Amino acid sequence: MVNPNSIASSDYSGPIDYSASYYGLSTYFIATIAPSTWGAIGIGISLALSVVGSAWGIWITAASLMGAAVKEPRIRSKNIISIIFCEAVAIYGIILAIILNGKIEKFLNVEFPATDYMAGYMMFGAGLLVGFCNVFSGICVGISGSGCALGDAQNPALFVKMLIIEIFGGALGLYAVIVGILMTTSTSIGLTKEYVPAPTPSPK
Amino acid sequence: MGLFSGRKHGGLFTFNRDDGYLEAILRDYNNLCQCDTLEDMKMHFLSTDYGDFLAGEPSPIHTTTIAEKATQKLVNEFNHIRNQAVEPLSTFMDFISYGYMIDNVVLLITGTLHERDISELVDKCHPLGLFKSMATLSVVHNVADLYNNVLIDTPLAPYIQNCLSEEDLDEMNIEIIRNTLYKAYLEDFYNYCKFLGGQTELIMNDILQFEADRRSINITINSFGATELTKDDREKLYPQLGLLFPEGTSKLSKAEDVDQVRGILEVYSTYRSFFADGVNNEKSLEDSFFEHEVHLNRMAFEDQYGYGVFYAYIKLREQEIRNIVWIAECISQNMKQKMNQYIPIF
Repeated sequence: MVNPNSIASSDYSGPIDYSASYYGLSTYFIATIAPSTWGAIGIGISLALSVVGSAWGIWITAASLMGAAVKEPRIRSKNIISIIFCEAVAIYGIILAIILNGKIEKFLNVEFPATDYMAGYMMFGAGLLVGFCNVFSGICVGISGSGCALGDAQNPALFVKMLIIEIFGGALGLYAVIVGILMTTSTSIGLTKEYVPAPTPSPK
Repeated sequence: MGLFSGRKHGGLFTFNRDDGYLEAILRDYNNLCQCDTLEDMKMHFLSTDYGDFLAGEPSPIHTTTIAEKATQKLVNEFNHIRNQAVEPLSTFMDFISYGYMIDNVVLLITGTLHERDISELVDKCHPLGLFKSMATLSVVHNVADLYNNVLIDTPLAPYIQNCLSEEDLDEMNIEIIRNTLYKAYLEDFYNYCKFLGGQTELIMNDILQFEADRRSINITINSFGATELTKDDREKLYPQLGLLFPEGTSKLSKAEDVDQVRGILEVYSTYRSFFADGVNNEKSLEDSFFEHEVHLNRMAFEDQYGYGVFYAYIKLREQEIRNIVWIAECISQNMKQKMNQYIPIF
């Protein structure tokens, strides 16, 4: 085994064995991506996918709500709640995006890069988590909201029951936000003011 | 009924893209209470979905006017939905109207055979089953003209060409023509619903199978007195679908009287109760058919993301109009004790 960092041009001893290093040859490229890139992708995915879920839900609910409200206008104000629940799903995405955005500083922490890498991967993971959870939460709320509008039009007693089901659907997105915040709460990318480099041991 | 099973219209996630608005527009359904006079009824309509559909009609109101206006309102709603529908819903809506077209075509054939005035016949046609080539009816003088100029241009042409020839129109009994056409129509509609798949198939299968069984049973019972229909011919009229097909229908084709029909239907739990109290009284058998049909159509309203509700809506509205006319007749003839004999919808 040869440590690739200590090869001098004079004592070349065949091809370098990267398996000895921290990254294998096939995964080394991941380490070449800057941690702030991961953070930025996380922010983008979190908001973009949440909006997909939210818009899909509103679309499903609104189509049914409009049709049902033509003949039964009394349902229109009540069922706006279904639209608001779908909208809340997008707000979850915004919350996480804002939190992540506050955790990316201007300069990378070159002195101690491991914290940056950790933070970058955590932000990417949190973004995926919140994004996908909110897609499905939004669709769930949308479909039950559509059922709520139709049910309410036929039988007003169904409204509250359907609303509870929608709230459970909306709670799924909230779980993702909670875990997403937990994942990133103790991490940040770049030099923060609180960071004090560990004192170098005296050569005594 | 899986989320991603093959179907031709949207499912849980995408149904509302094309059809959500139209599906939801059907979802209000009011029931009609009972009143003392026809004027009271008119007042009562005001608070329901029917609104002021009788406005402008001079008093006293006749029951025929009520029926006419209510049917007109149904037709307007049907056309409203049909005009907004996109494929494949629009084809589905066309299929619904074919059923009424068959009745109209049969009416036209009968009228032409008896050399009645055509324009008079058009007025009697069901407005849901009007077709474009009716404009050319003025040139029709005999059955050959009717077959070659009018019927061939209707959407029913494939059914007519496949089962009837020009000579048949002259010779066959008119009821046999009607049932032959209806059989072809039902089978085609059934296959179309299968092709659509999804929730449509689920709901429409039940409804169409019942419709087919009802026709088979009715053909059997009505043919007992008639001598011109042999048993083989009778079997040819049975639609090739439904709970009774093929075993029940082949038994039905050999039945000789109503008691045998009852014996055959004993096996089928759905139809057993129909004959329990209905064998002596033809009217109540018909009523239990209607009641079961209403029940199946109501099931469609328990469902979402399928086209069954469009079919059910038209059928339930038709039944409602029949109920309104029944109640109105009872009121105008002072037979209040019979008023409750209508078929409850919701």
